[in-house]
Amino acid sequence: MSHGLLVPLEYHTPGLEDFKFHGTFGVTWLDKPFWQVIISAVLVIGLWLWLSHSMKVVPGKRQVFAEYCYDFIRNTLARDIIGSGFRKWLPYLVALFSFILVNNWFGEFFIFMFPTFSHVGFVYGMALVSWVVYIAAGIRAHGPLKFFKNSILPPDVPPALWILIIPLEFLSNFITRPVTLALRLFVNMFAGHLIIMIFLVGGGYLLTYSGNPMYNVTGGLSIIFSFALFGLELFVGFLQAYVFTILSAQYVSTSIASEH
Amino acid sequence: MAAPLTVLLVNLGPLMPEHPIEIIAGIVLVLIITWACAKFIVPRFEDMYHERSEAIQGGIERAEKAQAEAKAALEQYRAQLAGARDEAAQIREDAKTQGAQIVEEMRANAEAEAKRISAHADAQIQAQRDQAVGELRREIGGLATSLAGRIVGESLDDDTRVQATVDRFLAELATQPARSARAVDKA
Repeated sequence: MSHGLLVPLEYHTPGLEDFKFHGTFGVTWLDKPFWQVIISAVLVIGLWLWLSHSMKVVPGKRQVFAEYCYDFIRNTLARDIIGSGFRKWLPYLVALFSFILVNNWFGEFFIFMFPTFSHVGFVYGMALVSWVVYIAAGIRAHGPLKFFKNSILPPDVPPALWILIIPLEFLSNFITRPVTLALRLFVNMFAGHLIIMIFLVGGGYLLTYSGNPMYNVTGGLSIIFSFALFGLELFVGFLQAYVFTILSAQYVSTSIASEH
Repeated sequence: MAAPLTVLLVNLGPLMPEHPIEIIAGIVLVLIITWACAKFIVPRFEDMYHERSEAIQGGIERAEKAQAEAKAALEQYRAQLAGARDEAAQIREDAKTQGAQIVEEMRANAEAEAKRISAHADAQIQAQRDQAVGELRREIGGLATSLAGRIVGESLDDDTRVQATVDRFLAELATQPARSARAVDKA
């Protein structure tokens, strides 16, 4: 960008191809998002292990921070949603939240600068795990027959409405839930990254456009505004991790509830 | 690999995973992190929380126990004090009654002794008297006879002689009880 004012940047509209990366070591799927997701998993485990090592009854600075993070997940996401017996689901929820959060924030962090979950495959995988988890929870709590009956037929529905309610409930509980879970996270990350790219690429192009100073001013403003968007994306990344985890907990909670 | 699927279905665009292996990666990594959380991280936090609540609860329990112990010790001390007081009062009472008893006993003893002594003296006096009377009775006849013999044997004209005989008799008589008293003592 040092001589950007002299040589204008080439303009290409940010699009799908910006989400595609080359494979490494001759493996096409071993691309940047794949490395990111592996690094994030190592990072999440490493961070938690570091945060939780040699815990004391009277906490130090590190432990206060660790407890703050852990209690947020434990109390807000698990205990308040699932209620008694939440301890069983805690490892999954801790893993889910921290994994999603780190990957989302990769979109705003140097080196990575790409939200991993704007690649939908990983998100499908996680949604699938959540789907299996809440169905398994329900089957374990009530047995398969009672669980499926609870799931597709709410209590006190008049038989005349069964033909309407049963397909709707089935769709809602077994199809819509995992799909929306996945799409919500993916689309937020995808769109957020796209918007930031538009502001940055477009801003860069306008800033280096020769012949019209107003374009340059607009481009500068656009780049400055992209910083605010980075802040927004940090918040969205947190929010989506929160939403994904709390909904997973909510689904488990409704599955194991005695009355659907 | 994704291309034939895309042809079969509607074109999903970005909703089609670029590499299907990403789905597997997502599943596997979430499960690995979940395993790590279940194995290490969550137990560390939960154990520490448990330990902390135990420590707080234990502290409260210890304080309660100490308080109860102090209270029990106080009660015991009070009971002991009351017991000691009772005992002291009891001892005083006993001493008082015992003292009175001793005085009473002593008095009775002294009285008995006095009575015994005076009875003994009475008996002795009585015996001496009886002996004296007996002796007197035994001797008075003889004395009277010897006196009468002397009086008759002497000249009755001589008043002075008569007078001297009577005097002599009386003097003899006077020595008599002393002799008989000595005899009683010897007896």
